[in-house]
Amino acid sequence: MSDVKKIVVNGREVEFSNERNLLEVIRKAGIEIPTFCYHSELSIYGACRLCLVLVEGRGIMAACSTAPAEGMVIHTDTKEIRNMRKISVELLLANHNLECPTCIRSSSCELQNLARRLGVEEIRYKKRTNMEPVDKSSPSLERDPNKCVLCGDCVRVCKELQGIGAIDFENRGSNAKVAPAFNANLADVECVNCGQCAAVCPTGAIVPKQDGQRVWDALYDPTKTVVVQIAPAVRVGLGEYFGLPAGENVAGKLVAALKLMGFKYVYDTCFAADMTIFEEATEFIDRVANNGVLPLFTSCCPAWVRYAEVYFPEMLPNVSSCRSPQAMFGSVAKKVLPEQLGCKREDLVVVSIMPCTAKKYEAALDKFKDENGIPETDIVITTGEVGRMISSLGIKLGNLEPEAFDMPMGFSTGAGVIFGATGGVMEAALRYAVEKLEKKPLQNVEFRAVRGLDTLKEATLEVAGMQVKVAVVYGLANAKKLINDIKSGKADYHFVEVMACPGGCISGGGQTIGVTPAKREKRMRGLYIADKSNQLQKSQDNYLVEQCYQEHLGGAPGSHEAHHMLHTHYQNRSQLFDAKYPIMRGTDAKRAMITATICTTAGSEAAKTLLNQIREYVIEKEYTSKVDLDAACTLNADVAGIVVAGEFEVADAAQNLEALKSAIDSAVAAL
Amino acid sequence: MQETNEKTQEMIHHLEAVNEILERNNNDPSRLIPILQQIQEMDKYLSKDVISYVATALDVPASHVYGVATFYAHFSLNPKGKHIIRLCDGTACHVKKSHGILNMLYKKLDLNDEVHTTKDLMFTLELVSCLGACGLAPVMVLDDVVYGQSTPEKAEALIDEIIAKEKEN
Repeated sequence: MSDVKKIVVNGREVEFSNERNLLEVIRKAGIEIPTFCYHSELSIYGACRLCLVLVEGRGIMAACSTAPAEGMVIHTDTKEIRNMRKISVELLLANHNLECPTCIRSSSCELQNLARRLGVEEIRYKKRTNMEPVDKSSPSLERDPNKCVLCGDCVRVCKELQGIGAIDFENRGSNAKVAPAFNANLADVECVNCGQCAAVCPTGAIVPKQDGQRVWDALYDPTKTVVVQIAPAVRVGLGEYFGLPAGENVAGKLVAALKLMGFKYVYDTCFAADMTIFEEATEFIDRVANNGVLPLFTSCCPAWVRYAEVYFPEMLPNVSSCRSPQAMFGSVAKKVLPEQLGCKREDLVVVSIMPCTAKKYEAALDKFKDENGIPETDIVITTGEVGRMISSLGIKLGNLEPEAFDMPMGFSTGAGVIFGATGGVMEAALRYAVEKLEKKPLQNVEFRAVRGLDTLKEATLEVAGMQVKVAVVYGLANAKKLINDIKSGKADYHFVEVMACPGGCISGGGQTIGVTPAKREKRMRGLYIADKSNQLQKSQDNYLVEQCYQEHLGGAPGSHEAHHMLHTHYQNRSQLFDAKYPIMRGTDAKRAMITATICTTAGSEAAKTLLNQIREYVIEKEYTSKVDLDAACTLNADVAGIVVAGEFEVADAAQNLEALKSAIDSAVAAL
Repeated sequence: MQETNEKTQEMIHHLEAVNEILERNNNDPSRLIPILQQIQEMDKYLSKDVISYVATALDVPASHVYGVATFYAHFSLNPKGKHIIRLCDGTACHVKKSHGILNMLYKKLDLNDEVHTTKDLMFTLELVSCLGACGLAPVMVLDDVVYGQSTPEKAEALIDEIIAKEKEN
């Protein structure tokens, strides 16, 4: 290779070619320079000043934001640099809420780790005394500003990977902090709960909400029958927590550990994933055959679903109405298991172990609760939480003998397992849809074009004489670009899979901390190995799902019962953040929210008339105490319309007054 | 009914003016600071609604606009009074007893450390660190006119003058 150049690091020659900065070259040489704010997949920020190195002839500089040049002579550890790093860490510690033993990031905390590595033995600076309140509003995440080191990793991952920017720096100097706009609670802003902020946070400033104690409470309650489902990606992410190689499939060991913890039955979310394919592929075939709305977007990822609800409500008809596998499992479990296991429905506790923080949010949604307000999936814990729970038992996961999942809901095909990696849902759906459309057994089940860790994968398949165009994308910023291309006609697909997290659920916000691109690759490989070693690789071959359809779900996918139990509907949440003006305020505790979104470029007369018509109707029907009416304003004509209680969306309401009135009636009746 | 009409009218007119500012700046997110400056010039402050609206219009996160608005001391997130009093409390003014003027203003306008704007939105009092006119200490700036070697009595007279004028209107 002619383009190999060299620098000298601590007296040794190190080769480099296309590394974008000194830090990567030095790390390649095996020297782990400390950083808080550097992530190879995010933009370079240069804020933490821990990666300082001495470049001879140029002085001390941040390795992350210095390009390597031929012949540079670098020292990574001089007396001066050592002191500077130590002081930086000391200052951070002085400003830090040092409740380390009770912090869930204890032992996986970069600050703690660095203080130990650098030999910081005392904090000579005055400690911070005023503590900010901890934001516990979100069902998925907990934000403790007192543990923040202002590295900005969370800010950049939210903005750059997900294209959202739910949090940013506010104020300046010693008052600077990371928070949502207006210092609001995380639950009240556009956060989609993906948890990537928690995954990149070097400390415990943003962590997944901890629900482990609720699980113990259920397990120790003798009146409860506690069952659990395990998501596909958990089996290849949990091993790392116990020092096992990345990507090792620990499903069997996890089943054994859960049985030891006291779970009565351990099932597999992959069963529900197979079921999802029955429904989603059927929905796809139906839309293709009957000129339905296309492209069809997958709906397994709750972060993506919320993103669509907030940012692209006009695309919601394109999102598959299928519930996520977790929600399908919850719904079927609560219906089928009480009889099978001989317990009362209210005594059955369905726990779900997910690589995902957004699944906590999803499980808590009203639409997934029964008439008594009890969620179908009672408690969701992440890979990290189950890791902590297992270690609290004093068990080493690696030493356990693998055990098998319980039947019937522990039975799955390889198609269900690959749901955990980007492209997996698409591949599983294609294995089903292609076979059904071509009406002959599918010989080659591998759709390699949709595999791999590229952010966008596209393929055109020849299926039953038709060109089927599919796309697979991860990272909501990438999804946004794709949707805009679809809307503008630049791109055109039949079927699109969207996952929020990088590489899919394998690097979900609830997985074991410390994901690197290399680990991600291994986790992905772990899932495809599990697929290949399964005797069945097509969801349609899962005869226990088939049997479940015969006994409980109306016989076939797409039936009335299946729709009732396995599908859902979406809400337009776009107006959450628009400029809003209160027009009417009800007095009852429970009120229906009506928001009229007015396009400010379309002139005010029509909007005024419409607002008055709504107001008149509310007064005429004596709903005044039961209704909040807001006028929201936007520049975007696409989203202008009336939304009643987030449920009923009436576009072009002026022409459609009757629909609007009945929507208001239904919303008030539903209170 | 009438009330709804007026409210809607007012709200839309206001945002139409914001639209104009946005257009003047080509809806360009890199012109966020001038956009916020021009809106503040019109409204005297940046309301929560305006920040959200600008964010949606420019397709940037509201947290970003809020971050910029809170970073610069120039931007105010609270409504400001019609008349702005800037009292210098830099070293020179401080030793020349600027706090006497401050106490008078606190008492007269019913303000304190946390409340800087009068309830009737007539006056806002800003304590500044140095106005660069130490030779004239203590210095008070009232609606951009500098008053040097100020005393509580002189300052009070100026405020009374404004109050009287406002009453006439």
